[in-house]
Amino acid sequence: MYLGRVVGTVVASVKYEGLAGQKLLLVQPLDHARAPAGPLEVAVDTVRAGPGDLVFLVGSREAALALDPSFVPVDASIVGIVDSV
Amino acid sequence: MILCKVLGPVVSTEKHPAFAGLKLLVVQPVDERGAASGKSFLAVDRAIHAGPGDTVLVLREGTGIRQLFGVPLTGKLPIRSCIVGVVDQVEA
Repeated sequence: MYLGRVVGTVVASVKYEGLAGQKLLLVQPLDHARAPAGPLEVAVDTVRAGPGDLVFLVGSREAALALDPSFVPVDASIVGIVDSV
Repeated sequence: MILCKVLGPVVSTEKHPAFAGLKLLVVQPVDERGAASGKSFLAVDRAIHAGPGDTVLVLREGTGIRQLFGVPLTGKLPIRSCIVGVVDQVEA
């Protein structure tokens, strides 16, 4: 899991069925000092996060396990809004 | 598993139910001498009670963690990294 800052929203009208209805956000991964760590990612939101929020994400196969149903083509999910680090 | 140093806790109120009641920590991968190596990330601590400054063993594999947490291997647990031990000493 890792920290990130939501920097925007992503809209895709043509997508695989499993992605229908999922909110997609553009996220900048951050390190513990809140410095950018790697390129921007598109992540599915499970906690009603919005632009500007500091969040934490889970990647890889476990990203899909945050969703219901879980067999969807997702490799990053926002699973929490961070109050403090 | 990898060696990490615990940097500090992450506080989050609004989170996925799978994280309820679990301690979430920022950890920094370190080499055998304790020097930082690689990007920091987050890991849960369910039973180890690690604190800032501790050197810990971190498992970064979801299936192993589901087994550890007693979730069926086909079950749903969106957790990928977990602290599984506190390291007393490393010789290299």
